[in-house]
Amino acid sequence: MWGYLLRRVAAGILVLLVLSFGMFLLVALSGDPLAQLRANPQISPATIAAAAAQLHLNQPLVERYWSWLTGLLLHGSLGTSYTGQPVGSQIAQRLTVTLKLIVPAVILSVLLGVVVGVISAVRQYKPVDHISTGLAYLFFSTPVFVLGLLLKDFLAVDLNKAAGHTVLFTVGESSPGITGGWNVFTNEVQHAVLPVLTLTLITYATWSRFQRAAMLDVLNSDYIRLARAKGLSPRRVLFVHALRNALIPVVTIVAIDFAALVGGAVVTEIVFSWDGMGQYLLNGLTGAESPDVYAVQGWLIVAGTAVIVFNILADLLYGLLDPRVRYA
Amino acid sequence: MPDPVSGLTPSAGLTPPRDVVAPVSDAAQGLTIESRGQLRLALERFVHHRLALASLIVFVLLLLVSTIGPLFWHYSFTAITNQFATAPSAQHPFGTDLIGHDLFAQAMEAEATSVKTAVLVAVIATAIGTMIGAVAGYYGKLADALLMRFTDLILAVPLLAILLVLSSKLSKQAGSWLFTALILGFVLWTNLARQVRGSFLSLREREFVEAEHAIGASDRRIIFRHMIPNAVGPIIVSATLTVALAILIEAVLSFLGLGIQPPEVSLGSLIASGQDAAATLPWLFFFPAGLLVITILSVNFIGDGLRDALDPAQRAHR
Repeated sequence: MWGYLLRRVAAGILVLLVLSFGMFLLVALSGDPLAQLRANPQISPATIAAAAAQLHLNQPLVERYWSWLTGLLLHGSLGTSYTGQPVGSQIAQRLTVTLKLIVPAVILSVLLGVVVGVISAVRQYKPVDHISTGLAYLFFSTPVFVLGLLLKDFLAVDLNKAAGHTVLFTVGESSPGITGGWNVFTNEVQHAVLPVLTLTLITYATWSRFQRAAMLDVLNSDYIRLARAKGLSPRRVLFVHALRNALIPVVTIVAIDFAALVGGAVVTEIVFSWDGMGQYLLNGLTGAESPDVYAVQGWLIVAGTAVIVFNILADLLYGLLDPRVRYA
Repeated sequence: MPDPVSGLTPSAGLTPPRDVVAPVSDAAQGLTIESRGQLRLALERFVHHRLALASLIVFVLLLLVSTIGPLFWHYSFTAITNQFATAPSAQHPFGTDLIGHDLFAQAMEAEATSVKTAVLVAVIATAIGTMIGAVAGYYGKLADALLMRFTDLILAVPLLAILLVLSSKLSKQAGSWLFTALILGFVLWTNLARQVRGSFLSLREREFVEAEHAIGASDRRIIFRHMIPNAVGPIIVSATLTVALAILIEAVLSFLGLGIQPPEVSLGSLIASGQDAAATLPWLFFFPAGLLVITILSVNFIGDGLRDALDPAQRAHR
C-alpha cells in the first residue's frame, strides 16, 4: 500500500506541475493586466513601462514561470499578486471564508443525503420514494444561482419583513463592528444560513441518489437475504448489515465532491457576496488587474492539491472500508 | 442503414454480436408472437417511462414554441417598447423589463439559444469523448496511458476554472453562442471518454471482434462498424445528460457574465440581467428561471428514460 501511495502522490505532483505550467501560459496570454492603464491617455509611457517592469511583464514567460516555481518550491511562497499583496496570505483568508461555507454544507448534505437515500431505498416505489426522487431531480436540475436568488430575494426578504428586523442576512459573511464572542457567532450564523442552505440543497440531491442506489444494491444481495433468513431483527439487518456496506461508495463521492468545493463554491459565493476562493479566482480572471497570473496560480495550487489529495484519500478509504479492493 | 446480416438497425445501438444464434422463427413454432426488433423494444421501454415521455413532449413543445413562435409573435426580442417594467398582461404575457423589452419574445429567443448551444456542446463532447475513449480502449498500452493521463489532467482542474480562463479574455468571439458551445464542448467530454474506454476494453475481448481480426478487417472498420454500435446505448444516454449539464453550465457562465452576451440572450443571461430588480419585478426572475429549470429537468428525465430503454443492464434497481 505504501508503494501505491507513493506512486499516486508522485503522479499527483506531476499533474500539478503540468497543470500549473499550462495554466500559467494560458492565463498570462489571455489578456493584458495593464490594459486600463494603457487606455488612459493621461498616463505616460514611462509610467506604464515601470508598471510593466514591476509586474515582470517584460520578462519571457518561461522565465517568469520558473521564478514563480522556484519561489514556491524553495521558499514556499506563492508570490505577490498584481494588487501588491502576498498571494499566500490572501488565499489563507479566502480559504477560511470558503471553509465556513462548505464544511457546514457538506456535513448537512451528508446527513440529509444518507437519510433520504436510505428511506428512499427501503420504501422503494412508495410515495416517499417518489417524492424524494422528484425533489432530487428538481434540485440537480436547478442552477445554484437560481436557487440562491430564490432564497435571497424572496424567502429572506419576506421573512425579514414579517419579523420586522433582519433575521437572515443576504450579503457577506458577517456584519462589521460586532463585538463579543456570542454576538459574533450568532451574526455569522445569520449570514451563513442562506448560502449554506443553497449549497446543501444542490449537493444532497446527487448524494441521496448515490445512497439510494448503493442501498438498493446491498438490500438485494444474498447476504442480506441470509441475515433476514437467520431471523435477525429488521432494524439490525438494516443498520448493521446493510447500511454499513451501502455507505462505502458514498464516502468516496463525498470526498471527491468536497475537494472540488475547496476551489470555491463560486456561484454561491457570488450570489451571497462571500469573499471566498471562488470570488478570488473570478476576480483574478476578470477583475481590475486581470488576468492576475499569480493570484490564479495560487488558487490553482490550493484547489488542485485539494482535488488530488482527496482523490487519493477517497481511493485509500475505499480500500480500508472494502477489504476486497486491492491496490495494484 | 439496416445491417445486411441481422437486418437490425445499428442506430438502435443494440446490434447483437454476430455469434448470437438466430431465433427459431415464430411461425415455425406455431406461435403468434410478433417478432420485435431491438429498436422497437427500446422504444417500448421508453414509452413505459411515463415521466420521460411527458418530458419529451414538454421539451418538444418548448422547442417548437421557441423556434416557430418568434415568426408569429408581434415583438422581436430586440424590439424596445414604450412600456417599461410592466407586469404580465395579455399584451406582454411575461411582462416587460426595465428597458421595455417584451420578455416573452426574449424568453423564446433565450430558450432557443440555450438549447442550440447545449446540443452543439453535446455533439462536440460526445464526438471527442467517444473517439478518445475508443482509441484508448481499443489500442490500449501507450495510447491508453497517454490519453487517460490527459483525461485525468482535464478532470483534475475544477471545471469552472478552465471555463473561466478560456471564456474570459481568450477571444473577441467570446460572448457568442458558438464560441461558448465550442469551449464547453472541448471540456465536457472526460466522463464519456472514460466510460467508452471501459466498454471498449471489454468489447475488444469478445469473439465477434476476434472474428473481425481473423478475416482481416481494418482497425477503423472494427471500431466504427462493430464496436461503437455495440457501445452506443450508453453513449446516447450520456449525450442526452450532457445536453442538460451544458444548459446548466452555460446558464452559470452567462450569469457570471462570461458566457453568452448581448446582443444574444440565453436563459442564464436573461436571469442575470433581471436579478437586480427581481425582488420588485418578480416576473423578470420567475419566467426565465422557471423555463430554465423545466428545460433542464425535462432533458434529465428524457436521459433517464433513454437509459432504461437503451441500457437495460443499468436499470437493475432504478
